[in-house]
Amino acid sequence: MQAFLKTGKISSTDKPSTSGVKSTKKKAPAPWVEKYRPKTIDDIVDQGEVVQVLRECLAGGDLPHLLFYGPPGTGKTSAILAAARQLFGDITRERVLELNASDERGIQVIRDKVKTFAQLTVSNTRPDGRPCPPYKLVILDEADSMTTAAQAALRRTMERETRTTRFCLICNYVSRIIPPITSRCSKFRFKPLARENVIKRLQEVCKSEAVEVGDGEVLHQAVDTCGGDLRRALTALQCCQRLLGKITADGLIEVTGLVPENLVDEFLNVKNYNELERFVENFLMDAYSASQLLEQLSERVVNAGHLTNKQKCVISEKLAVCSHRLLEGGAEVMQLTDLGCTVIMANNNP
Amino acid sequence: MSLWVDKHRPKDLMKLDYHKDQAVRLKSLVQQSDFPHLLVYGPSGAGKKTRIMCLLRELYGSGSERLRQETMHFTTPSNKKIEIMTVSSNYHIEVNPTDVGIHDRVVIMDLVKNVAQTHQIDSAGQREFKVVILNEVDDLTKDAQHALRRTMEKYVSTCRLILIANSISRVITAIRSRCLTIRVPAPTETEIASVLHAVCKKEGLSLPSELAMRIAKSADRNLRRALLMCEACKVQHYPFTSDQKVPEPDWQIFIRDTAAMILSEQSPKKLAEVRQKLYELIIHGVPPDVIFAGLLKELVCNCDMSMKCKIASYAAQYEHRMRLGNKSIFHIEAFVAKFMAIYKKFLEEALGDVF
Repeated sequence: MQAFLKTGKISSTDKPSTSGVKSTKKKAPAPWVEKYRPKTIDDIVDQGEVVQVLRECLAGGDLPHLLFYGPPGTGKTSAILAAARQLFGDITRERVLELNASDERGIQVIRDKVKTFAQLTVSNTRPDGRPCPPYKLVILDEADSMTTAAQAALRRTMERETRTTRFCLICNYVSRIIPPITSRCSKFRFKPLARENVIKRLQEVCKSEAVEVGDGEVLHQAVDTCGGDLRRALTALQCCQRLLGKITADGLIEVTGLVPENLVDEFLNVKNYNELERFVENFLMDAYSASQLLEQLSERVVNAGHLTNKQKCVISEKLAVCSHRLLEGGAEVMQLTDLGCTVIMANNNP
Repeated sequence: MSLWVDKHRPKDLMKLDYHKDQAVRLKSLVQQSDFPHLLVYGPSGAGKKTRIMCLLRELYGSGSERLRQETMHFTTPSNKKIEIMTVSSNYHIEVNPTDVGIHDRVVIMDLVKNVAQTHQIDSAGQREFKVVILNEVDDLTKDAQHALRRTMEKYVSTCRLILIANSISRVITAIRSRCLTIRVPAPTETEIASVLHAVCKKEGLSLPSELAMRIAKSADRNLRRALLMCEACKVQHYPFTSDQKVPEPDWQIFIRDTAAMILSEQSPKKLAEVRQKLYELIIHGVPPDVIFAGLLKELVCNCDMSMKCKIASYAAQYEHRMRLGNKSIFHIEAFVAKFMAIYKKFLEEALGDVF
């Protein structure tokens, strides 16, 4: 009994501390990407103009329909989430509907869920009486994977419900969004992040995680392997840290599934069919990914000094074909052999 | 009496025969409080499953080895009833979602939800999550893969996924970036040979090193196949001799015969005979892509470079079509016919040059 009372007492008096413990315990498994997602729009790395415009919108309290586009990992989702948090504060949950590609998002959902959500009117005060913007926000993440029919269903809804709802569409390729939608939104392009800014951000994260990264060399490597994609760089660093207990250049290559450079070179310099056959077999036995090889190869071929323009054309064209077939499920052996043959032929007739 | 493959499967991470530094890393991963989703990939017979079972043992102790089989029932949105076989212990459940074809999405969503919603009975020293093992993730439909990515995030507090794939080319990047990827390369021939030696020693047999090396060579860097071959050798002829015949898988011989047939004569009549052979291969459950790869390998042997290129390119094209369609025999046959046409033309030209 005594113990029971005692524990009851402790838990009631020390409430803040226990909840603190709980929250840190809960935080532990969070991926760094989520943990260090920018809280306000001013924390967003790079993207000066976008942040500038957003800040002015927020100050005015009004928001146009938004269309964010740009390569992955440049802060599109983070920007809108941060803006939403600043706009709505603690009632974000009620005011924001976030749908991404993994949710059901066919035309039916647009008609039912999005439309009903959009039609609800909201007041311009919070439950506690403070003012807040009198509209809701619908975030359609990865909008380029929505069907054209679903996009078309959206257009009238967007116009009719402007009074109560703002839409924010996020996509990688603006060309996959139908023109009627793009003309209704103010478009923002997110640039690939500048190198030094990515490195600065990574250093901050590593510092607060108390991870030893040595001099900037390894971080440079991380940025190189991830090509301006901050999310990928962070995930790679975290995986590396978990698996190896430290962050090294080799470890980064291993966790990102990259194909070592010497193998790419070897593939480009294969002399004859037998060699190719052997290379392909070993390559696949070592469980490297063919699609990754194609990706790296494409970059290498375009920048290669020793190839003529004609050779580059031939190889790149085949690369595109093979990559498409691989994506649709073609066997890796076949596609790599096919590509390899083209490379050999191209090398033989400059 | 079980097969050597099962009998001598290592049960502890520290007892694995190769990729030892990886094993050490996995062990240290388990000891951290936080355990990520895993994506384990490598060619077949490289030891993916062995590593995962060791990992489970490391996580949960020997309780993870008490397995039971269960059939689970699901209903698709179109009210079709499907059932799927699962293997589970108290701590994990293993399933092969591709068994149900295009309905794999339902299985994944329901199964993971089921597992995730039942919490572990909280006793000290236990993990707070269960493990779901999904096999052949690279053959999942795109729908199922997209469904997976949301479920992975949603239920991360109560369950962890271990995904097994042969290659990550067909796994969408969104899943790859959510998992800790672990590459398991196939063992080298020397590694296979040393494993064969170790197993034979445990069985109390003496294995000549030439024979071990030959088995390793003909096993295509597939340890499981090597062990099975070794056991077959023992049944055929014991005590081992170093020049003993190593039994090859008979489908390999069959494909080679078929290729020889195609090379011997190029005519519609022969094509009809080849079709019989191809049908037989497919009926016996040899995967079409294996037939394709085998045929290509045999057929290009006596062609010159430009022809090899042509044939490889056609093979790639037909194989891709085979994936899109659902009658593989058509595409294999189309490839054979195409090859015959090219080869015949080549022969005629060569003869024309002679005269």
